[in-house]
Amino acid sequence: MWQRSHKCSLEEEKKLELRLGPPGEEDSYNEKSMKNVKKERDESQPSCTNLTNKSQKRNATSPVVGWPPIRSCRKNIASGSSSKPLTESQHVGQEKVATSNKPISNSGKDLFVKINMDGVPIGRKVDINAYDSYEKLSSAVDDLFRGLLEAEINLSDNNKQEEDKGIMMKGSLIGSGEYTLVYEDNEGDKMLVGDVPWHMFVSTVKRVRVSKSSDLPAFNPGSKKD
Amino acid sequence: MKNRNATKPRNYPLSELQSHNPDHVLEIVLETVLQFLTSRRDRNAASLVCKSWWRTDALTRSELFISNCYAISPRRVVSRFSRILSVTIKGKPRLADFDMLPADWGAHFSQWLTAFSTAYPWLEKVHLKRMSVTDDDLSLLGDSFAAFKELVLVSCEGFGTPGLAAVATKCRLLRVLDLEESLVDINVSDYSGIVDWISCFPEGETHLESLVFDSVFSPINLEALEKLVARSPSLKRLRVNGHVKIFHLYRLMHIAPHLTDLGTGSFDVPEDTEDDELVFESPFAASKSLVCLSGFRDILPEYLPDIYPVCGNLTFLDFQYADIIDTDQIKSVVSRCHKLQTLWVRDAIFDEGLQVVAQTCKDLRELRVYHLHASDGVEAPVSEVGLEAISRGCRKLQYIMFFCQRMTNAAVVALSRNCPNLVVFRLCIIGRYMPDALTQPPMDEGVGAIVMNCKKLTRLDVSGFLTDRAFSYIGKYGKLIRTLSVNFAGDTDLGLKNVLQGCTNLQKLEIRDGPFGDGALCCGLQHFYNMRFLWMSSCKVTRQACQAIAQTLPHLVLEVINTAQDPVDDVELLYMYRSLDKPRDDAPKLVTVLH
Repeated sequence: MWQRSHKCSLEEEKKLELRLGPPGEEDSYNEKSMKNVKKERDESQPSCTNLTNKSQKRNATSPVVGWPPIRSCRKNIASGSSSKPLTESQHVGQEKVATSNKPISNSGKDLFVKINMDGVPIGRKVDINAYDSYEKLSSAVDDLFRGLLEAEINLSDNNKQEEDKGIMMKGSLIGSGEYTLVYEDNEGDKMLVGDVPWHMFVSTVKRVRVSKSSDLPAFNPGSKKD
Repeated sequence: MKNRNATKPRNYPLSELQSHNPDHVLEIVLETVLQFLTSRRDRNAASLVCKSWWRTDALTRSELFISNCYAISPRRVVSRFSRILSVTIKGKPRLADFDMLPADWGAHFSQWLTAFSTAYPWLEKVHLKRMSVTDDDLSLLGDSFAAFKELVLVSCEGFGTPGLAAVATKCRLLRVLDLEESLVDINVSDYSGIVDWISCFPEGETHLESLVFDSVFSPINLEALEKLVARSPSLKRLRVNGHVKIFHLYRLMHIAPHLTDLGTGSFDVPEDTEDDELVFESPFAASKSLVCLSGFRDILPEYLPDIYPVCGNLTFLDFQYADIIDTDQIKSVVSRCHKLQTLWVRDAIFDEGLQVVAQTCKDLRELRVYHLHASDGVEAPVSEVGLEAISRGCRKLQYIMFFCQRMTNAAVVALSRNCPNLVVFRLCIIGRYMPDALTQPPMDEGVGAIVMNCKKLTRLDVSGFLTDRAFSYIGKYGKLIRTLSVNFAGDTDLGLKNVLQGCTNLQKLEIRDGPFGDGALCCGLQHFYNMRFLWMSSCKVTRQACQAIAQTLPHLVLEVINTAQDPVDDVELLYMYRSLDKPRDDAPKLVTVLH
């Protein structure tokens, strides 16, 4: 442990070693000081006599203005959704574009197909390999386009609207049956998404379209996709 | 009257010197000599020698530095200094950045501008930090100063694109337009009222050397920007905003191959990009001059390898906004940056990324590890492990700012020993009152080691569980400390007392959520005139004490904020500063100015 040296003139300091008070004094000292500090605080926490518990309990407090000290413009600048996870694989809200032309550094095999939606001039790209079922794909597409559709309604051409996510349209676009996923396969045929087993879909899909169900008389609106 | 460039010494013919009396000759000599004094601290010292030195300094000083816009009145400044060419003014205290002051708090540039526009018609440079600047101000600035060259606005607000358009239009000799972290007033939902300020720069060759607008969140006329860059042969620094996507960024880089400092904007592709449009030839490989890189506000990871060719030349890398890339991708970049001296990065770098930095960036002087989101779902991406690795690898470190969720005394002590040249130590342990994560005692010993071993330390920012002992160390050893920030720490009044009495060079003291009260505050009476300001929020200082201090020290202004409904004794916020001016009259209702 650290020992405090007694001759502490600054010129003679070579290696400084520090001592924490006499043994045994610490725990009660800490307890006392904790109580001093915690008295009459707004962030009322259970009086914490046991300091060895993990930090989480003491952090579970009412939010405090200006803490942690992160500039609000920094929070806004982090464009896209405000709750961005650290790893890309969890990132669903705004799928980033990748192309077959550019070498992809280390993300494994990607299969990006373009998705267009009726009424939305700007298409998106989705990595089909990031999903393993029609349901997940469907819900991801829902998330993708809800924001865009909202933006279209607001006559705005800025897609990165975090605040719009707060006033999202109720219910899902596809689950409700109002829209249907169709796709074009490698032979140029237009197919209903969900007709073939998932792995076959993945190997043949070329582009996907989110169409208004009322515009597709040939298909049964609200057909289930597995 | 002839416009005299005060930085050039006047030429006195010998006959003129011989014909004057000795006193006058002395003055001329003094004037000539003083013009070589450029540091403001040297000049301040010189001006205190005697009246004639004071006068001479006033006549020859060309750079004005006002560290607190309320410490002095504009009228008094212009009556003392007659030949100012460059002005720097700081306004709001730093903690205003974190929403701790009401929005209309003050720090208005207008009254300064009014004074300068008549007194300094040849003003060339204006640098403002945390001031409130309006579009009208910017327009008046353009009208008032024919030789205007440099406008730098850091963390300012109150102006919009019309103001920028006015500057672009009117300041024909403009070399520098830097808007750093400044909130430009823009209606983000529909961008109404946006002025295409980029198109307002005059036709023909410009003098632009630096153009920074990465925090201006409005769409930009990309074509006009390209043309502007094409006719700005002196442009060395260009930091664009997130509306500039990779395609246009690369075109700009091709047009301006001699850039030394680039802010990449979004580093992303537009949404409706087709597959076959996405073959971009990366200009980074050809760039020999680029040493500073920043931006990446919406980064598309697939393009990250494009920047690899320049990494080996970089001395400055700001990666703090690159928030969807993962640790491996960050590592792939930093592992190539052998010459890096300054790195700003997010805690997404993880400890393992910091280890790569430690192995690669042997020249590192400054490291900032930011934390962007309150809850990332990942516990302690960076910790004592990363800090210790950095301390072992980057021995030349002078500045460290570290956001983390856990830290140990041992790591901080190691840092103090391995990096004795530290000048700035800022540790933000996000959870409040956090003790040593491994052994649980307070973080006192770590702080103590820093102030003891880092003998050049001038700025200290502490958090975590700290007792009076930490403050006694600070007071005893922190003799060079000028800026001290204390967050959620402290035990009793003794802590603050030790600091106020021990830190003889203390200029700026910020305390938030501490246990310190009137007793401690009054220990600093001897010291307050030497300080720029004192900030105490959510402490135990009473209004009566503030009133008493205000009456005792006439040149001290105490601004008190109390939002509580019932009249309570404790003030929520005390902002105290020395001032040679009468108390300000532009404070919002929430603020009571005691004087």
